[in-house]
This record gives sequence, C-alpha cells and structure tokens, in this order.
Amino acid sequence: MGLTAQSTGLSASKEMIDLQINPEQDIVVALAGNPNTGKSTVFNSLTGLNQHTGNWTGKTVTTAYGRYKYGDMNFVLVDLPGTYSLLSNSVEEEIARDYICFGNPQATVVVTDGTRLERNLNLVLQILEMTDKVVVCVNLMDEAKRKKIQIDLDNLARILGVPVVGTNARSGQGLKELMEVVQKVAQEKLPSKPFKVNYNSKIEEIIRQIEEKIKASVNSKLNTRWVSLKLLDRDKAIINSIEKYLETDFGQVLAQLDNFDNETLRDQIVTSIVKTAEQISRQVVSFGNKKHNELDKKIDDILTSKTFGIPTMLVLLGLIFWLTIEGANIPSQALSDLLFGIEGKLSSLFLSSNLPGWLHDIFVLGVYRTLAWVISVMLPPMAIFFPLLTLLEDLGYLPRIAFNLDNFFKKACAHGKQALTMCMGFGCNAAGVIGCRIIDSPRERLIAILTNAFVPCNGRFPTLIAIATIFMAGSSRGLTQSLIATLTVTGVIVLGVVMTLIASRILSSTILKGLPSSFTLELPPYRKPQIGRIIVRSIFDRTIFVLGRAVVVAAPAGLLIWIMANIKLNGLSLLSISANFLQPFANLLGLDGYILMAFILGLPANEIVMPILIMSYMSMGTMIELESLEALRNLLVSNGWTWLTAVNVMLFCLLHFPCGTTLLTIRKETKSWKWTLLALVIPTLAGIALTFTVTQVVRLLGY
Amino acid sequence: MDNNYFPLHLIPCGKLAQVKELLAAGNSRRRMLDLGVITGTVIQALRRSPSGDPTAYEIRGAVIALRSEEASQILVELL
Ligand SMILES: Nc1nc2c(ncn2[C@@H]2O[C@H](COP(=O)(O)OP(=O)(O)OP(=O)(O)O)[C@@H](O)[C@H]2O)c(=O)[nH]1
Ligand SMILES: [Mg+2]
Repeated sequence: MGLTAQSTGLSASKEMIDLQINPEQDIVVALAGNPNTGKSTVFNSLTGLNQHTGNWTGKTVTTAYGRYKYGDMNFVLVDLPGTYSLLSNSVEEEIARDYICFGNPQATVVVTDGTRLERNLNLVLQILEMTDKVVVCVNLMDEAKRKKIQIDLDNLARILGVPVVGTNARSGQGLKELMEVVQKVAQEKLPSKPFKVNYNSKIEEIIRQIEEKIKASVNSKLNTRWVSLKLLDRDKAIINSIEKYLETDFGQVLAQLDNFDNETLRDQIVTSIVKTAEQISRQVVSFGNKKHNELDKKIDDILTSKTFGIPTMLVLLGLIFWLTIEGANIPSQALSDLLFGIEGKLSSLFLSSNLPGWLHDIFVLGVYRTLAWVISVMLPPMAIFFPLLTLLEDLGYLPRIAFNLDNFFKKACAHGKQALTMCMGFGCNAAGVIGCRIIDSPRERLIAILTNAFVPCNGRFPTLIAIATIFMAGSSRGLTQSLIATLTVTGVIVLGVVMTLIASRILSSTILKGLPSSFTLELPPYRKPQIGRIIVRSIFDRTIFVLGRAVVVAAPAGLLIWIMANIKLNGLSLLSISANFLQPFANLLGLDGYILMAFILGLPANEIVMPILIMSYMSMGTMIELESLEALRNLLVSNGWTWLTAVNVMLFCLLHFPCGTTLLTIRKETKSWKWTLLALVIPTLAGIALTFTVTQVVRLLGY
Repeated sequence: MDNNYFPLHLIPCGKLAQVKELLAAGNSRRRMLDLGVITGTVIQALRRSPSGDPTAYEIRGAVIALRSEEASQILVELL
C-alpha cells in the first residue's frame, strides 16, 4: 500500500511493459491462486523483489513480473491477482484467466492456502481443466500445522495427477523444492495426468459432441475439453478471446447449443466442481482440532463487537497517531540540528570561496533549506506512521474496518470495499486509487476513486500533526500536548470519513446514480505480522522515496520560492504580488494569500506545502533561525495566524485537490480527463465550502 | 417455498443452516457459487457488524461477510 514508485501511478504505466522476455532462454511461470494465499510472498521470496503483500483479499490488483535463476536456467515469474474461481467475470479473474490460457506460461503454479484447502481446490480443478503444466503449492503449512490441520501431500499429488509441494513462503521452507519441480514441469520431465472433474452423463455427452466438432480448429493450441466447456457455458467474453486466439469462429457450434438452459448447466458444472473438491479434501485433510478458529473468533468478538467495535477502531487509530507524534519528535530534532548545522558550514564554504553572493542565497537559503525542512519536519512522521499502518494491515485488521463500517457505505450507496481503498489512501492516495480496482462495479469504483483524496495521505499527516501540536495543544507540554494533538488529528480523520460518505451519497444520487452492487468480503485469519521486515522495509522504502521526491520536487520548489521572493517589481517581490492577489479570496476562507499559494505550489507533492509556506514567510525577512516547533509557532503567529487560521489550514489540508501524482493516476485509471477534473474539483469545493462556513460563522460570533 | 426454508439473513448468530436454494441470478449467483455456496452447503452465522449489516458467515472454513441483500437470496433450513 506504500507510496513507492511501484505502487503509485508512476509505475502503473510500467506494469504492462513486461520485462523483456526472451522466448529462447526464459521460462515463464505464472503464479495463480485464491486471494490472500501468499502468491506475492512466494513471488518476493523467489525473485528478491518487493511486491506488496498484506493480510487481506485483493492486495494485488496488478500483474507483476520478476526474474529468478534456478540451476542454469532463467525463469520469469508472473504474480497474478488472486481469484476464487475462473468462471466469473471480474477484472482480476479475466486477467488471471487470460494469462493462464493465452499467455503461454510454461508452468502455472497454483498457490493454495493449507488451512482452507477445500475451497482452494475449486480453483485448482478449474486450472487443471485448462492446462496440464501445473504445480500445486500448498502454502501456509506453518499455519496449518499450528491449527493441527494435517494434509497428505503425496496422496493429493496422486489424486490430482500433478506435483504438489508444501511451503511456508515467509520462512522460505519448501521453495527450493518448488523451483526444482517447476523446472521439471516446464521441461516436461514429469509425467502429468491431471485430474478431470467428471460431470453428469448429459453434460459429458454434450462435451464429447462439441469436442468432435472443434478438434480441428483448436488444433491442440488449447485444451479442447476446456474450450467445449466454455462454449457450453456460452460465456461471451471468454469465447470472443478464444476465437481471437485461435483465429476461428464458433458461431455455428454455438447456434446448435441454443436450446440448452445455460444457467442450469452452469449450476451443474459448478456443483460438480465444488463436490469434487469436497471429496478430495475429505481424502487428504484431517483436522486434529475442530475448534482451530476459536482464537480468531474471540478476537473478533472484541474488534467487531457491537459496543466495542467502533470505539476500538478509533482508539487504534488514535494510538497510531500518538505513537507517530511522540516518535517523530526525537528524530525530527536530531535531523534539524544536523541539517541546519550543515547549513552554517555550507554558508561559510560558499562565502570563503569567492562565489557570488546570489549563488549562495539561491542554493543555501533557497534549495538547501527547503530540502532540510522536508527532511527534518516531514520525513520522520511519514517514516513512523507508515510501518504502523502496515502492521495493522499485516495483522488482518483492515477487512474488519470494512466490516464495521459497511452499513454506512451501503447507506451512501457505495461499495463495501471502499473502506479498504480508503485505508490504502492513508498510505498514499495514488496507491488508494489503483487499489480501487478491487471494486468490480464501474459506478462504485468511480465513486471510490473520486473520493479517495478525502482521506489525508501520508504526505499530509505531518502538516496536520505540526499544526495540531503547536496550535490546538496551546501552551500545554509533554503528554497532554501530544494527547490533544492526537485527538485533533483523529477528529480530522473522522471528518474526512464523514465527508467521504456524504460525497459518495451525493454522487450516487446525481451523476453516478445507482444502487450498491453485491459484494462479498472475506475476513482473513489474524496473522502475526512480520515486524522486523515491516520496519526495515517500510522505513527504508519510505525514507528513500521521500528523499527522492525531496530532490525532484522540493528542491525546485525551493528555488522557485527564492526567485519569486527576490525578483522585485515596483519594490514588491513577485511572491508578495502573487500572495496579495490571492489574499482577498483566501481571507474569505480564513487563510492568507501565502497559505493558498503554498497549497497551489504544493500540487506536485503534499509534503512540500508546509516547507514552502515556511520559506515564504521567512523570505520576508524577520526570522533567520528556526529550530523548534516553538519557533515555528512564533513565525506563524507573527504572520497573523490565529487558532481560526490553524483550523482552516487543517481543514483545507484535508480537503483540497489531490497531488499531481494522484491526478495522473486517476487519469490513467479512468482514462478520462473529465473524471480527473472532477476528482480535482470535488474535494476543493468541499474544502472551500467548509472553511468559508467556519470562518464566516466564527467571525459573525465575533471571535 | 417450503415453510421450513428461511432467507439466510434471518438466521440468528451462532446457528447453523443448510443451503436449500439459491435465488440470486447472474453475477451475484456466480459469486456465491465461487465461494462454494451450493445446495447442501452448511453455513454458520457468526456475527453482525456493529453498524447492523453485513453479517459474517462461516462458509467452508472461511469467514465471509455478506450484506443482507445477498444473504436474503440464499434459502436455508435451520439445523
Ligand atoms: N504464516 C505464514 N504467513 C504467510 C505465508 N505466506 C504468506 N503469508 C502471509 O499471508 C498474507 C498474504 O500474503 P500475500 O503474499 O499478500 O498474498 P497474495 O496471495 O499475494 O494475496 P492477493 O494479492 O490478495 O491475492 C501476508 O500477510 C503474508 O505475510 C506462510 O507461508 N506462512
Ligand atoms: Mg498478492
């Protein structure tokens, strides 16, 4: 869910440009399976890459490619989105099905969940109908063992007629054997006689007839039995793809099938598959402890209970903010001491080397200082908040949030999984927008995309935190200060959620009319998070990412501000002229021209808004040293800030246009500038309306 | 409809029920089938969301939340 190049729109464009596959040397292996079975974890372990993983269904919505070497051969691994089946028509299922059918992988690894083998076998059986080159990977063996679930892997392999490997993808157990078997299957060195589901005699008879007719045109490029089944099913989308792939036309065959009722046929087909899975599972799985899910149920009794469910959620959220606020203080201070210490040295270096003074001013006072601000004030909260959020994700808590809040979303005529995409938005709105792919219905997906920016992303938290700490907490210090700040930020988030619901409701009854569509939400078992990995990965990823963006975005912004502050027309700097221009409007909203300009110039990245504002105020003269939050408070107050300004800045920070990356991602996901524009306008209007109302009411009351 | 059959969303939490008939059509029917909900499947109602809907059910070893609209399309018999 991170704000890394991989998960933001920056790489969405790259995702389909698969890495160069060399058909002579590379062996392509597809990873398929039910959602949340560990496909991405297997992918990461084998390729050494960092595809995002998470304990909920639908974490991976895009296809990722990676390489690994085994023996002296090169493998290309394809991480497909998880699906329960290949018979329906959701986007993920189409991606997975088309890849397995038409992508010509030399082997398909079906990753299954050892603790839920029966349901997973459904998909295995369907894939065995499509291709012979299958390896079944029974993952999460450690969890199965803990729950006293025994699986007879040898027997399973015998029944299915394809190799079966037990793994623990987290620790890497069994992965070597998996690679070995995959290699053999790809080279066709293992005898494979995949199990085929037996349908009732009527269906079998029709299949036989169709097979007869299409044998020639299928020409062993696809499995004829499978193509016959699809024709029988008369599933337009897949038949079209098959026809295109085979360059043939099945119109005639289809015409002869018209007199069958395909709803009944499909029921019979699915029923046979489910029953077969049930039988196989009975033969190979034994439960040592029928009550193995008791602990999960006990936890759910608290986390999703009527009385404690929602309060616990708020407390957890608050706890995360509090830890972020408290935790960020120390590194923030240390970084600021370090970086502003370096600034002094840089200055004397410049001055002693006979370089012109304006060069010193541009680089040290403009570029370097803005960078230092981003790094010392914005980076620490970002680097702390993020792993905490990931921790909750890994535990399996996010689907519970969706479960707790679903009724509100239903009343807003929105999709239940919108709550999940909002959670991703906390990390990064661009990632949240991509995550909206888990929502099938186009209408509800658009609603989720258009309202994603109502939850503040990681880049906006530090601003909220800083202002809440210095203004809302007033003169209190220590624990009281951080608690008040926590309450304020939590309140802002709750407001964001309420605004999301209101906006969704309004959209649902105006331009995106419709009723909520059906959905199912799986509540996965709680899992112990990989704390070490999370901390290392997300702090590392986050730091690199923020540093990278600081260089790309914050440095030029610093340069721009410095130039604007120093080019003068009629005695006024460009900066003041622009701010004065915005001032009347900003004043209506309880802001000032500099604040509004900082938000506008901060379009490329939210984390530069605050630094730009600080630079603008400082460039007007008075203060040179700015070392602590106290000094920041003085700077803001001396520029006319009151508590009302602080409230409005927080509101506007919550409700304004999404950052440039997010907008580009929205454009890519919706393929429409119209929706992108709307995604920009909706939160901005909401922000203007809210700050305007608050300001006017407060002023009327005479504060 | 047989009098002993209820829509699934009326089953009290904690109770077991067996699927007798699927009323849903089209995509939402498929989605149920994908989860292994067929005639004869045993489902346990686990808990209701604090906001009143959806309800979590245990279906073939997995915990799945269904909104009342979906659950009402599954006719079951109390066990
Ligand atoms: N204990 C244990 N946990 C595992 C194992 N493999 C994966 N996990 C955890 O299971 C969760 C799901 O893993 P992912 O790799 O994201 O699953 P996925 O199949 O890619 O899921 P989708 O992208 O949603 O389809 C994560 O929290 C993993 O850390 C394993 O072998 N043992
Ligand atoms: Mg995945």
